[in-house]
Amino acid sequence: MVRLNMILLLATVVAALGVVTSQHKARKLFQDLEAEQNRAKQLEVEYGQLQLELSAWATPPRIEKAAREKLKMRVPEAAKIISVTADALLGEPR
Amino acid sequence: MRFKGRILHKFTESPVLELRLPAWRSRLMALVIFCCFGALIGRSFYLQIINTDFLQEKGESRYRRDLEISASRGRVSDRNGDVLAISTPMKSVWAIPADARLDPQQTKQLAGLLEADAKELSHKLNSDKNFVFLQRQIPPDIADQITALKLPGIGQDKEYRRYYPTGEMTAHIVGFTGVDDKGLEGVELAYQSQLLGRNGSRSVIKDRRGQIVEDVGSIKPPQDGKDIQLALDSKIQYLAYSHLKQAITDSKAKAGGAIVADARTGEILALANWPTYNPNNRDHLSGAQLRNRAVTDTFEPGSTLKPFTIALALEKGKVRFNTIIDTAPGKLVIGQATITDSQAHGPLTVAQVIQKSSNVGAAKIAATLPAQEMWGMFDGLGFGQAPHLGFPGEVGGRLRPWKTWRPIEQATMSYGHGISVSLMQLVRAYTVFARDGDLIPLSLTRAGPQRVGGTPVFSQETARELRAMLEMVVQPGGTAPKAQIPGYRVAGKTGTAHKLEGGQYADKYLSSFIGFAPASDPRLIVAVMIDEPGIAKHYGGDLAAPVFSLVMGGALRTLGIPPDAPLQVANGADAPAAKGKL
Repeated sequence: MVRLNMILLLATVVAALGVVTSQHKARKLFQDLEAEQNRAKQLEVEYGQLQLELSAWATPPRIEKAAREKLKMRVPEAAKIISVTADALLGEPR
Repeated sequence: MRFKGRILHKFTESPVLELRLPAWRSRLMALVIFCCFGALIGRSFYLQIINTDFLQEKGESRYRRDLEISASRGRVSDRNGDVLAISTPMKSVWAIPADARLDPQQTKQLAGLLEADAKELSHKLNSDKNFVFLQRQIPPDIADQITALKLPGIGQDKEYRRYYPTGEMTAHIVGFTGVDDKGLEGVELAYQSQLLGRNGSRSVIKDRRGQIVEDVGSIKPPQDGKDIQLALDSKIQYLAYSHLKQAITDSKAKAGGAIVADARTGEILALANWPTYNPNNRDHLSGAQLRNRAVTDTFEPGSTLKPFTIALALEKGKVRFNTIIDTAPGKLVIGQATITDSQAHGPLTVAQVIQKSSNVGAAKIAATLPAQEMWGMFDGLGFGQAPHLGFPGEVGGRLRPWKTWRPIEQATMSYGHGISVSLMQLVRAYTVFARDGDLIPLSLTRAGPQRVGGTPVFSQETARELRAMLEMVVQPGGTAPKAQIPGYRVAGKTGTAHKLEGGQYADKYLSSFIGFAPASDPRLIVAVMIDEPGIAKHYGGDLAAPVFSLVMGGALRTLGIPPDAPLQVANGADAPAAKGKL
């Protein structure tokens, strides 16, 4: 009888310690999860800001300015445009 | 001995025991103790049952926190996914004046960071309100610096600020939001309910260091606003905006608008207005800048309405393509009014009436039509009804019931006076010519790639004949050779309308051009309107047609639509083909 009680007592103590450690682990993991979720949110914010920046850099007026002034590009005159159709390409080459 | 004798004395015989306590004393004691217990029971009843909610709440408030999870507003992007409006987190700084006791040095520091006036700031801090916002929408890095000052009674909240990277170019179509994420104009207002995010919430247990230990209760996840993809094409929008702006500056005009629409799907690819504003900085906004003229302003369209009258006459068999109408001497008297042409023509075919834009010709053709049928046609084209795009402030224009029409009014309506429409309605109506006689609804958002089926207004033959007539307008002898685009067949119609001022036609004009290309299989419709040009050359063919040509040419090239006409080689290297044919 006494032996059985001792075994049960031991089992209870072990189980109690188990609960404590798993609770502790759960909290640790939860904190990690929380931190990662915050990071994800921050990255999303950063993504939005980068997207905004991309849009600001890539506005058509800026592109046109760069093309015209920096790269000295211009729209070709009508006389210099040769129109090529798919049929002509597939047909006999001239 | 005596002492000894006393010792032997028995306790039970002690004389002290002879004394009897009165019975009421013990009862009193019992009562007092009972009352104490009663008080304890009463108190525990009060705490555990009556006051339990309050106490539990107080207890929980020591470790439990309700957190709001903020949701962001949806993005607005163009058809290629380029962002037109996006929200990014900002901070707002508030103060509880009663707690905020700052010394002058601190106030100065804070004012410097907030870029505010120190006097005004201290005035705000000394007010008797419970809560004041000091500054809203400040960037996160400055907010961190304010946190670092550790000022009492000053707090921060997270909020979002909306940015519009394309700025004034797309201001009228995208619109803007107010400080609380409330859409105030344009798409931001029209799609407010979809764009708006719903904040979520969760309650958590926090430890002494403020770290979240665990979730308690259920989590309400935040719902981010839906992203809206518009049919708009940024490149075409830029073409429309920049060419319109240039033309208005050159002609010293008051205002203007331009619309580019896809003739197959009804999608609006560009919508530009001038004057405009920068939605990122709305400090000095005037009503004129805010007006989305293409949608909210109606005007008497002038000659751009002639093709509809002619189409109806063709449809009803009153005239044919080659029927001769005598427009000499360029004047027509109806009742007391006289209709004049800007230039007298002799006998013209019906096609030439369109080509030369003869008011007399159009009025004579309109005279063969019953008023009810003409009204039915205008009504069928959507004039007099708002186009239901979902834009705020859409107008339907004015189309009077046919029973009240006098003959002179029917005549003037045939060339676009006595009826008012918005540029958007005009574009929609022109889908009947760009397509095979059916009218399709326009859409701000992306439609499917399939060809939308429309409501038939004219027959296929009529639409094709009208297309041929409208093509003549841009050819030599027409009113708008400047609308030509090298490599493409173009069809369109000019409009030059007198403006009404206080019921009288003033010496102010509204010059417009609306057309489509490629004429062999129309893909795009472009409409340009220029309001009150300040120069003598105020005709639609001189002012609006070149803008049309530039915008349409650029848009066709951007979309990679194959040319349907041989490229005419210009005579001189410096003259573009379009001008070479003048």
